[in-house]
Amino acid sequence: MTETTSSVAPPAPAAAEKLKFYGLWIGAAVVLLLLPKLFSSGGSLTTFSLIGISIIFSLSYNILLGQTGMLSFGHAVYYGLGGFLVIHAINIIGANKLPIPLPLVPLIGGLTGLFFAMLLGWVSTQRSGTAFAMISLGVAELVASSALILRTFFGGEAGISANRTKVFRLFEWSFGPQIQIYYLVAGWTLLAVIAMYALTRTPLGRMCNAVRDNPERVQFVGYDPHVVRYIAFCFAGFFAGIAGALAAINFEIANSAYLGAVQSGSVLFATYIGGVGFFIGPIVGAIFVTFLSLGLSDLTQVWQLYFGLIFIAVVVFAPGGITGLLMMHRPLLKAGTFGRVLPSYLIAFVPTLAMLIGLILATEIIVFHAVHSGDDSNIKAFGVPFDAANRYLWAMSAILLIGGYFVARRTWTMVGHAWDEATSGAREKGAVA
Amino acid sequence: MLELIVMSTLNGVLYGMLLFLMASGLTVIFSMLGVLNFAHASFYMLGAFFGFQISRWFGFWPALVIAPLLAGAIGAAVERYGLRRVHKNGHVAELLFTFGLAFAIEEVVQIIWGKSPVDFRIPPVLDFPAFTIFSTNYPAYKMFMLLVSIVIFAALLITLKKTRIGLIVQAALTHPHMVGHLGHNVGRIFMLVFGVGTALAAVAGVIAGPALVTQANMAGLLGPILFVVVVVGGLGSLPGAFVASLLIGLVQTFAVSMNGSLSGAFGPLSPDYAATWLADIWNVTIAQIAPIMPYVLLVLILIFRPMGLLGTRET
Repeated sequence: MTETTSSVAPPAPAAAEKLKFYGLWIGAAVVLLLLPKLFSSGGSLTTFSLIGISIIFSLSYNILLGQTGMLSFGHAVYYGLGGFLVIHAINIIGANKLPIPLPLVPLIGGLTGLFFAMLLGWVSTQRSGTAFAMISLGVAELVASSALILRTFFGGEAGISANRTKVFRLFEWSFGPQIQIYYLVAGWTLLAVIAMYALTRTPLGRMCNAVRDNPERVQFVGYDPHVVRYIAFCFAGFFAGIAGALAAINFEIANSAYLGAVQSGSVLFATYIGGVGFFIGPIVGAIFVTFLSLGLSDLTQVWQLYFGLIFIAVVVFAPGGITGLLMMHRPLLKAGTFGRVLPSYLIAFVPTLAMLIGLILATEIIVFHAVHSGDDSNIKAFGVPFDAANRYLWAMSAILLIGGYFVARRTWTMVGHAWDEATSGAREKGAVA
Repeated sequence: MLELIVMSTLNGVLYGMLLFLMASGLTVIFSMLGVLNFAHASFYMLGAFFGFQISRWFGFWPALVIAPLLAGAIGAAVERYGLRRVHKNGHVAELLFTFGLAFAIEEVVQIIWGKSPVDFRIPPVLDFPAFTIFSTNYPAYKMFMLLVSIVIFAALLITLKKTRIGLIVQAALTHPHMVGHLGHNVGRIFMLVFGVGTALAAVAGVIAGPALVTQANMAGLLGPILFVVVVVGGLGSLPGAFVASLLIGLVQTFAVSMNGSLSGAFGPLSPDYAATWLADIWNVTIAQIAPIMPYVLLVLILIFRPMGLLGTRET
């Protein structure tokens, strides 16, 4: 009993804790302010804007997947509808000279997302798990196909566009240059991240976790899991709408791809690769996936295949995502036993890398012969030029792949042993619960 | 009018049977493994492309046998080396694994066969009109498709009802844990069911390939409809999947052949509204909204009968 009462009313955090907590947010704000000073080229500003949008979108998705345990295949619906409404709103504001400045416009997108989540969510959230996943997919297809039929509103295949500089100006900000858009996105990202973090600390956020872990128990306690799921769904729709609005402002266009399955899939990829178990996971995922998709597409033609393979690898080998992998090491670092696993990591790294290089080489050679057979066989992938017709290279990729696999498998066992040792060492010191 | 009804019924039943070929595998896999195979439509696509490639090398008939076997073997391998590993991480991880797999398969198919449709032709033996009704020729190949799906349907029914393995599968549909407790090698049955299920989808792919378009986006187009079928029929219900397949097949085929619209029924919209979004709704024909019919049906079913037409389980 004493345990429960003490956890109901936690002691007020110490001053140092508070400082650390608020310091983190202030630090994030400072970093966001200073980023354009360090990387001032137009390309990097665009990248940062995309990352900011992706962070909001992924975090909103994690309200569903990570916090409430609902796997949605149609989250882009609320993102896309937010984007479309914002484009229309910008056009209306511009035409009628309404006194609404651009920084407030994303709110319109958010409210749109909220509205449609309220409308479509009640039916969708009746069940969770696989049924919810299928329903979200069906609803997404319904909306995406309808968007192609309602041409006047959604603009058909081409989409609709707007001019963001025509909106009512506050302090003479025209929002023409990318730097101003960056600050707009950064400001909204910080606001949305703080809001979504706060949401996880509310009783509602806790009930969402309870619904995820044990819906039956939640019913016994006297809550309706359906209602909790519905509210979480509405919040997720709201923030997705904000993300969609920012994307629409950034590109000054909205088209049916915003609503589509690809967009829903990519937010799922980003969130899951980042890690759904921690609040910071989707942020890491959004940054990683945005860089990956921008970077890989320059390096190789078949980047989407690698992307899919990375996702499958994360699902199979690291269900906690990148953050989950990193956070696993925290107790070891605390107990000081991390040194015991580190050597095995370094040993395992070499054959694993060899195996991956073999895999990439084999893939690139096969792709070359499947797609461009007959062209010049001197190709370039990941910045490395090589001759795809060279038989020695074929043999080398096979040796790297197969030999690497067999050696790597042994080293993985070593890592496993070292890991067990380090964990039990940490447990002795009381760092692992 | 009668012509339209007869032709649409024929085509609708055909489409429905094709859907059922895939939905049956999906349903049995879902009931036994508890995982909805997101990549099921990808195996349909693999079947079509394997069929195309093999019929180029050896002809259509070997392709009809080899392509499903090949796809089924891949399916079994996916279960054995992929899904079984992910199983310990829960259903969401399993679903995500098949989602990633569907993505990867689509990419691989695009790399090998390109994005544009491949030239998968009807075998010359079957390239003649079977019969003529109301001055329209009905192609023999479509009758062949219907025949194949009915034969497989019958074989599936007999296997399920009359054989030992069918009994086990049937038992696993309702009491998956009990089957394990009775000492059956559940792992091997799972692998077999997954392999057979994906092979059935591949059969559908081989026979549908020449009649429809064999293209790298065919899985993406058909996949969602397949999930609508299993949800509308009731997750895990085989008879439900059958009814829902035929229903959606008929609904979509009839919708495509109808040209009515609101403007046709109530006269043209007044010109004042011509430029607004109301005009879109007013002028759209039933044929144009045929693609969204299954999803409308899904939403209606979810509102009025959330467990599906013949579903009993609240999953």
